Amino acid sequence: MCGIVGIYLKTKKYEKDLGKFLSGMLDGMATRGPDSAGFAIYTKQNKNKFKYSICLNQLTDKEFKKKISKFLKKITLKTFSDHVILETEEKPKKVLEILDTKLKEVSLVGYGKSINIFKQTGNPKDVVRKFKLSSFSGTHAIGHTRMATESAITTQGSHPYSTSEDECLVHNGSLSNHNNIRRSLKKEGQKFNSENDTEVAAGYISNQISKGENLEETLKNSLKDLDGFYTFIAGTKDGFALLRDEIACKPAVVAETKDYVAVASEFQCMAHLPNVNTAKIFEPKPGIVYHW
Amino acid sequence: MNLDLNKKKLSEINQLLQNVGREKNNRRFQILNPQGQHAICAGLKDDIEVSIKGHTGYYCAGMNKNASITVHGNVGTGVAENMMSGKVIIKGNASQSAGATGHGGSLIIEGDASSRCGISMKGINIIVKGSVGHMSAFMAQKGNLIILGDADADLGDSIYEAKIFVKGKVKSLGSDCIEKQMDDKNIKELNKIFKDLNISEDAKKFKRYGSARNLYNFKIDNVSSY
Repeated sequence: MCGIVGIYLKTKKYEKDLGKFLSGMLDGMATRGPDSAGFAIYTKQNKNKFKYSICLNQLTDKEFKKKISKFLKKITLKTFSDHVILETEEKPKKVLEILDTKLKEVSLVGYGKSINIFKQTGNPKDVVRKFKLSSFSGTHAIGHTRMATESAITTQGSHPYSTSEDECLVHNGSLSNHNNIRRSLKKEGQKFNSENDTEVAAGYISNQISKGENLEETLKNSLKDLDGFYTFIAGTKDGFALLRDEIACKPAVVAETKDYVAVASEFQCMAHLPNVNTAKIFEPKPGIVYHW
Repeated sequence: MNLDLNKKKLSEINQLLQNVGREKNNRRFQILNPQGQHAICAGLKDDIEVSIKGHTGYYCAGMNKNASITVHGNVGTGVAENMMSGKVIIKGNASQSAGATGHGGSLIIEGDASSRCGISMKGINIIVKGSVGHMSAFMAQKGNLIILGDADADLGDSIYEAKIFVKGKVKSLGSDCIEKQMDDKNIKELNKIFKDLNISEDAKKFKRYGSARNLYNFKIDNVSSY
């Protein structure tokens, strides 16, 4: 099963409500994925600053602050349950190396200039409350509720997967050739933190984009290269793209109004959105990339 | 009688509608605020009329027998699945597997239906006024799938004895599905269905598709088609 959701705001009208909307959508998808949940919420870019979303695991925020301050100056930390958003002008290369070598006890969930990303095990209803998702504003967001199939119920096994700056992916379905693709991507230098199939798809997308492909072409290529069932929502700093495999067993429905575009596995989780009953509602066609 | 899903539980409403019985005079119901919930009006067996005001989730009007159900909105996966008799009208679009395994009655979709419409149908009449998605009428055994718009790829794959009528374009036919002659008998039959359902269409404008009957028994020569 698993549930995926996404919402893209076409106007500024609902920017303050974005977190509230996504929270309701994830709540509604708890039935499709009760094991874990996660979401990426994109806010306006701060030109010079990078945001690093970090899961502290066993560490407290105070302990983390003490440790990271040895390596990084001029930081701000915002705590959300067991996650922190670390803001600094320091570039990813250095920060990633510090986290990788000096602070192995925490895990990086994602980073970029506009992405905030959170994920944790537990019922989605509790996860969204824990991270205070309703309080977030932003421009677009994607989320996932997981019913674990091919890898364990852990934070690392939860979606979204972010494998590059401001990019992330949520997935409903399963991939059958992920081990092969993981091996070839590793040879090209892509790093993986789990045994999960979706992380491979996220790595595949990041790898292609780093070679100069755009998101749309990358997703089209994935139709040839990724074997399995999927509905993907891939987020970037500008918006997100949606793709269903050509068999299209995994559901998706889109509701578009003049103010927003919402995507979800089932309509029921969009029923709370404003004016949704008069929205243009359609089912995305298989094998076609939609992007907003 | 108005039944509001904001005020009552779905199970209560379904139970009420499933047990109307023959003796009651109040046989018209209206469901408000469906909000995409699943299995609305599943398993109705009495001759009643239900109007659903909004979008529904999966398996709406599933297993229907005798009831006449109209959805004023879109429906999710498997609308009227395994329907036995009665009539289900969808004013909007339908998601995948509409009318799956239906034994009888009529399913009328005024918008589009997505993939696998009429999968394994067993006697139902499905009329789609818009277009259907890929692999529609997959393994369809009996009944009629009537498409006023276009059909996407692999129409009628592995079809048995169901009949497919299409007015628009067919992207491609599935394994063992061929175009068949539209003779006077077929025209008469199709026009009767249109007349019974108050649909003003001319059967002569339709093409008929059905089984080539090559895959009924295993033949080694056909191994790539199975």
